[in-house]
Amino acid sequence: MPASSRQEIDTGRFRRGRGSSIEGTIVRWVFFCCALISIFTTLGIVFILIGQSIGFFSEVSVFEFLTGTRWTPILKPTAFGVLPLVAGTLLVTVLAAIVALPVGLATAIYLAEYAPDKARRVLKPMIEILAGIPTVVYGYFALTFVTPQLQRFFPDMIVFNALSAGMVMGIMIIPMVSSLSEDAMISVPRSLRQASYALGATKLETSLKVVVPAALSGIVASFILAISRAIGETMLVTIAAGATPRITANPLESIQTMTAYIAQLAQGEASHDSIEYKTIFAVGLLLFLMTLSLNLLGHWVVRRWRQAY
Amino acid sequence: MALYNSRFNPRLARRKTVGGIFYGVFLAAVMVGIIGLAVLLAQTLIEGLPWLDFGFLTSYMSRHPELAGVKAAVMGTLITIAFTAIFTVPIGVGAAIYLEEYAPKNRLTQIIEVNISNLAGVPSVVYGLLGLGVFVQLMSLGKVVLAGALTLTLLVLPIVILASREAIRAVPNEYRLGAFALGADQWQVIKGTVLPSALPGILTGTILALSRAVGEAAPLLVISGLVYVTFVPGPLDRFTVLPLQIFTWVGRPQEEFRSLAAAGIIVLLIILLSMNAVAVLLRNKYQTRSED
Repeated sequence: MPASSRQEIDTGRFRRGRGSSIEGTIVRWVFFCCALISIFTTLGIVFILIGQSIGFFSEVSVFEFLTGTRWTPILKPTAFGVLPLVAGTLLVTVLAAIVALPVGLATAIYLAEYAPDKARRVLKPMIEILAGIPTVVYGYFALTFVTPQLQRFFPDMIVFNALSAGMVMGIMIIPMVSSLSEDAMISVPRSLRQASYALGATKLETSLKVVVPAALSGIVASFILAISRAIGETMLVTIAAGATPRITANPLESIQTMTAYIAQLAQGEASHDSIEYKTIFAVGLLLFLMTLSLNLLGHWVVRRWRQAY
Repeated sequence: MALYNSRFNPRLARRKTVGGIFYGVFLAAVMVGIIGLAVLLAQTLIEGLPWLDFGFLTSYMSRHPELAGVKAAVMGTLITIAFTAIFTVPIGVGAAIYLEEYAPKNRLTQIIEVNISNLAGVPSVVYGLLGLGVFVQLMSLGKVVLAGALTLTLLVLPIVILASREAIRAVPNEYRLGAFALGADQWQVIKGTVLPSALPGILTGTILALSRAVGEAAPLLVISGLVYVTFVPGPLDRFTVLPLQIFTWVGRPQEEFRSLAAAGIIVLLIILLSMNAVAVLLRNKYQTRSED
């Protein structure tokens, strides 16, 4: 794939290593091993997560883990139903999506279709700074600024809550949505826009009814990847969303996400043989499978629905 | 208006008004991100700046907020990232060279490529579990700097590989052909021609990837937990890093510790800003050189 785009003259004959030095052959194998490390990383993740989870699932059935509605791994009586953690994760993710998807898409439309060159050159890097800020910083911001502001509107809201964490996470993932969507819109050919204008459409109609549908695969993929990122985010929710596993749709309550549970348990010095220690790998396995399937779905959407212009 | 057929009603004025309204909506959306960023920075600076002084940078952690500092955390971050860079650069560049210059078009290559893009989407906390399982337990390194650096290496490798591949791909093919024509073998072509031309791009991408590792807290929290470090750690010592130190302070209920967290954030952002500045300078220098 990489070679084909640049090759007018085939250098393959030189590349096949005939007459190359011993040094050259060794180097080639070393580089090959470097590339293989990525495969071993994936295998390592799978083996560690499954290997450690097996110990857990020999004591708690998979069915109980996936369908149980109480998560009290440390307090007696212990219960290992992961649904409260999943519910907490979904609640925060939905709140983040409510902020990030419309704002990110609108930002992308503005940058790709409306912004004059000068404005775009200033605004785009500023939006992308948001992606470079460490997540602990967002956690600090949610806890010390956003939560007190929200408490003015919701006086009964407690300090650790899903709303504040979800809103700040939404701001955090705006650049993920906007960058990918903007790339997709920019690659829509100008002729489509010109045809739309020639039919008498206004700028808005061209943007929403021609450019956005034409770029839809990229936009949907950006939504999916941003949601996957929100599900896997750890520090922000550990700091701001609380440590109370509970199934609720009320964003003013304190909840706990899967990632926050892993972070919470890792802070204690649980013995490596104990069942609480193994829970973090079982929760990690579920988290890995959720984000992996979303990422695969995102890449699939791009490949399956991409219009070749 | 008489020119229009009665069935053709463009309602142009109304459509233009709607267009104007939406223009405002789009602009407002851009401002959500930018105002969010501005408020975040303002809040941090207002709360943190009064606590930021020389003593803060040169003191270790303390139970008394006015005596506490970030020395152990800053040194921990610098040492961990230095080791991460030592591991990441050769492996990442090696993998990128293999995929761009050597790899045959076969199933294995395809699997490696798909795998790398999927690894880039794995949550960082999962890398923490990987590091905990492999480096801390299996290899019995313990919860030390080296285990943290190796974990961060695996975390940033996909980003470094992707960036390095882009830099290598940007080297014009004429350079390779010219070198081949002079009788160089493939490794000589890479060593003498491709790598020197791609180096600025590789460095820029690597620095940006490492700056992501500087801000990571979750994987290191999983590996090492929270420790009270009052020394400059070596590679086999327990350690803390700046984001974890900030996390510890944010978690304290007292107002003073939250201000310390803000001061710590300022130090962290300054480190990230300098890394990004270096990356941008490198890129600009490279761009002007390739134009003449």
